[in-house]
Amino acid sequence: MTTKTIKQIQQGLAQKEFSSVEITRQYLDRIDSYNSTINCFITVTDELALQQAKTADAVIARGEAGTLTGIPLAHKDIYCTDGIKTSCASRMLDNFIAPYDATIIEKFRQGGAVMLGKTNMDEFAMGSSNENSYYGAVANPWDFERVPGGSSGGSAAAVAASLAPGATGTDTGGSIRQPAALCGISGIKPTYGCVSRYGMVAFGSSLDQGGPLARSAEDCAILLQAMAGFDPRDSTSIDREVPDYSEQLNDDIRGLKIGLPKEYFAEGLDADVARVIETAIQEYRRLGAEIVDIGLPNANLAIPVYYVVAPAECSSNLSRFDGVRFGHRCDNPVDLEDLYKRSRDEGFGDEVKRRIMIGTYVLSAGYYDAYYLKAQQLRRLIKQDYEKAFQQVDVILCPVTPEVAFKQGAKTDDPVSMYLQDIYTLALNLAGLPGMSIPAGFSQELPVGMQLIGNYFDESRLLNVAHQFQQATDWHLKTPELA
Amino acid sequence: MTLKNEDVRNIAQLARLQISDSAIEQLTTDLSNILALAEQMKAVDTSNVTPMAHPMDATQRLRKDEVTEIDERDKFQGIAPDVESGYYRVPKVIE
Repeated sequence: MTTKTIKQIQQGLAQKEFSSVEITRQYLDRIDSYNSTINCFITVTDELALQQAKTADAVIARGEAGTLTGIPLAHKDIYCTDGIKTSCASRMLDNFIAPYDATIIEKFRQGGAVMLGKTNMDEFAMGSSNENSYYGAVANPWDFERVPGGSSGGSAAAVAASLAPGATGTDTGGSIRQPAALCGISGIKPTYGCVSRYGMVAFGSSLDQGGPLARSAEDCAILLQAMAGFDPRDSTSIDREVPDYSEQLNDDIRGLKIGLPKEYFAEGLDADVARVIETAIQEYRRLGAEIVDIGLPNANLAIPVYYVVAPAECSSNLSRFDGVRFGHRCDNPVDLEDLYKRSRDEGFGDEVKRRIMIGTYVLSAGYYDAYYLKAQQLRRLIKQDYEKAFQQVDVILCPVTPEVAFKQGAKTDDPVSMYLQDIYTLALNLAGLPGMSIPAGFSQELPVGMQLIGNYFDESRLLNVAHQFQQATDWHLKTPELA
Repeated sequence: MTLKNEDVRNIAQLARLQISDSAIEQLTTDLSNILALAEQMKAVDTSNVTPMAHPMDATQRLRKDEVTEIDERDKFQGIAPDVESGYYRVPKVIE
């Protein structure tokens, strides 16, 4: 039962094949069996889940069910959940019980969804391997010795291991798409401003965007529908009508123009990953799409620009953690400065500290123009590359990562080698564009993801293009056999 | 950009981070490597490019100046490390 898609669970609940309490119990049992090995949940909200499921069953019995009523879901531990620990996988927030709900959590609660728990992640969403967590690394369900990707690694691993049919994530530089790819599931990072950031612990405010991870593009459409929408409490939220994301899923894609950026198929891409992507491209040809070669000449700038902009914004956002109002406080501070410095030293992990320091440096007097301002200028050039590309093509297709899931510990000693993992995913966040990762095949018995990039607010088309691929292939239905 | 240990100590001070002496060497190397990555930006001339602050060039919305928040002091202070009579307690600042 736990390998069902959200769409199938909706149908099963509607036709009374099973109750929400029954299916919720199954997921909780599975979490109980496998979480100690995979470590994808930081908090399991079993009592709340069963209570919500019971309420949902009553709503279903009255014939008042909505699309999410009784659907069990997991939430990344970056979203504030009223009365429930919201740690961001940091010692800094180990004792933090959020006093309010994030907008998207409120939407899921109101929609009658069931919360299974809060998922593990890289601390404050900084990382590409889920090894930067105060609660320990997360195992990739396809190979427990390997990383699930990050930062939404717990959410991706939970869905891949069938511990939840869907989960929320956030994506600042690839944090939904990269773990979705490495765990063999589907995930979408919407256009910047599409999903409210209210109550989502901030990392890089001009880059952060929430989105769903699930088994299929069809399920992503259902979850995105619940998450998207204008929110006056988020000053960067875009006031725009939310389309029906499922409406175009079955549209024919004959004549669709798919662009292949040559820069993303160049040196550095693993040959076997390239082979899998090439096979997927052939599938799109068979479906009647037209494949067009395009160029994104400033693609190589995404990494340097991102690793200036994201740390700069992180250093500013994380200055709120001062040990005074909430979060970790050191023992016996001698004065206020000692309180700040030791609380922050003890509360933050190594990668978070590195990024705070890089950010502090690039924003400091005398360096602002050379780094931050320069990066914001280059950001426009990166965006213009995509604008030009979208005059030629409808969607862009490329790899998500240069290689399949790597072994735990392989890149932890060298931050820069870890950053290079994000080479194909960062530009989207810099430009604010939507992107998806869907399973494209396997290499060395590990999943390979394919990235689809759309124009601004073209999520419906992305979901359509992904769904059509999933109608013609069954890579997204593969599940790992857990030992 | 190659940093010295002393630069890293200064940055740590600005960031209000306590850095132990044993961690400083590694941190200096790591931060220098990351900044070397950022140096690649210099290769492109951006003299006529307007910096991009928002992907859709949106500006901050304004709202009416009305009270919209309710007083939840007790709830918020319930998770604070140290409070007294509705105040947050910190070590003595003024002698």
